[in-house]
Amino acid sequence: MATQSSRATARLMVAPSVIVLFIWMIVPLALTLWFAFRIYRLLSPDRNGWAGFSNFLWYFNSPDFWLAISNTLVLVGGVLAITIVFGVLIALLIDQPVWGQGPLRILVISPFFVMPPVAASVWENLFMHPQNGLLAAGAIGLGMQPILFLEQYPMSSVIFIVSWEWLPFATLIFLTALQSLSSEQLEAAEMDGASALSRFRYIVMPHMTRAITVVVLIQTIFLLGIFGEIFTTTQGGPGSASTTLPYMIYKQAVIAKDIGRAAAGGIIAVILANIVAFFLMRSMGKHLDT
Amino acid sequence: MARAVTTQRKLVYTIAAWSVALLIFFPVLWTILTSFKTETSAVANPPELLSADWTLENYAEVWGRTDYPRFFLNSVIISVGSTLLGLLIAIPAAWSMAFVPSNKTKDLLMWMLSTKMMPAAAVLIPMYLIFQRTGLFDTRTGLVLALMLMNLPVIIWMLYTYFKEIPGEILEAARMDGASLRDEVLYILTPMAIPGIASTMLLNIILAWNEAFWTITLTTTKAAPLSAFIASFSAPQGLFYAKLSAASTMAIAPILILGWFSQKQLVRGLTFGAVK
Repeated sequence: MATQSSRATARLMVAPSVIVLFIWMIVPLALTLWFAFRIYRLLSPDRNGWAGFSNFLWYFNSPDFWLAISNTLVLVGGVLAITIVFGVLIALLIDQPVWGQGPLRILVISPFFVMPPVAASVWENLFMHPQNGLLAAGAIGLGMQPILFLEQYPMSSVIFIVSWEWLPFATLIFLTALQSLSSEQLEAAEMDGASALSRFRYIVMPHMTRAITVVVLIQTIFLLGIFGEIFTTTQGGPGSASTTLPYMIYKQAVIAKDIGRAAAGGIIAVILANIVAFFLMRSMGKHLDT
Repeated sequence: MARAVTTQRKLVYTIAAWSVALLIFFPVLWTILTSFKTETSAVANPPELLSADWTLENYAEVWGRTDYPRFFLNSVIISVGSTLLGLLIAIPAAWSMAFVPSNKTKDLLMWMLSTKMMPAAAVLIPMYLIFQRTGLFDTRTGLVLALMLMNLPVIIWMLYTYFKEIPGEILEAARMDGASLRDEVLYILTPMAIPGIASTMLLNIILAWNEAFWTITLTTTKAAPLSAFIASFSAPQGLFYAKLSAASTMAIAPILILGWFSQKQLVRGLTFGAVK
């Protein structure tokens, strides 16, 4: 059905999207690349000129940088692990015959609708606060010392909060996938004497591969840029303990007011995202082909 | 996976599933409950539930001290505006990719999604400068544009997966019967595409409503939506737990209710059509 003219029309229809996305991507990227090689400090505006690679070298020589890279990867990996493991378990549970599956789904999906600043400040103040938080009250009630979540375990706490936000997404996708699994196959396996564990291992899990791929891909895109949760709760601290790469760049731009360095950090972040994307696509792309 | 089970087993599963669901939902519930307590009651230890002093004062105070209606209106304009504008650009693109695919279509879609891989913080300074120079800073127009571009890849992906399920034969049949392009779009495509467009729209309104990086960095007062309103509220100032909870509830309630009513359509959209 594709004639010459319909192909031309089709290109014309795609063009606006491609053009605006290209501009949206290339203009900030080009500017960032330009700034990355410049000396550009808002606090000393008279000093300017080319910086060579010094803005980049500053990162590689800073011990905080390697911590930030590892924090970024730990955050992405930690949240992925938690949401996938618990997502699969909760989806398996909800998929069982239960009363009130509709309301159940509504309760489980709710955290997804909570905007990140609200989620972060509610967890920080109402739950993790060492004096007034509910978790501290619980600890005191059990005769224990309240745990200083954000001070002593900043990364784990941030990972926990972000996992709470993303668990509904993972659970819902796994639930959708489970519901398309044929029950005949499972019953046949059960009659042949397959244990619950081996039914899960050889029938349910292979069926879920695609769903897990989707969860990993989409969540990684969003998790690499996580900013608001850290900004609201730990501000990257204590020290640099919970500083991720996006937050380190933000600190250079807004607190140190060093635009050149922030831009160099931006370029490093883009490269890191591309490396992660490359490995993701290579290892998971085959599951997505239809 | 519906299988015959005994009532006893169903009861066990029901209790387990409800416990887990309530545990996940609990932070939201606790926030809503706290918003109706007095400040003293909100920080009481041990936590008060039945014995708490209930009040509506927090809402009155947040309403009185802040300009909630303006933030709310900004949120609505920005999230709905960016979604509608995005649909306007995305529908033709998704339509042509779904019905006149070329061997580059898959790569093009991947490239579009990859534009979302760029961490927002990385391009903060250039975006800030561009917005300042063009006069888009702290305007609704600026945020509508920024959020439209941010979510455009998602909108195109979702529409593409929906459109792909419309059988091409129907179009061919219509063409053989002499339907013009206009008839084709108006009488065949539109009715079949409406559910997909609707759920794409819903998900993107939610994504735009909850966006908190660009809305905070590219606004100050005039165009600030609810995500910026709540960020300005999280600086502790004396007894503020109940008021924080009230402000939080006011920020999330509209989208929570919208989400609850449309969760069935959302699930499909959320999976990018990749999971059935």
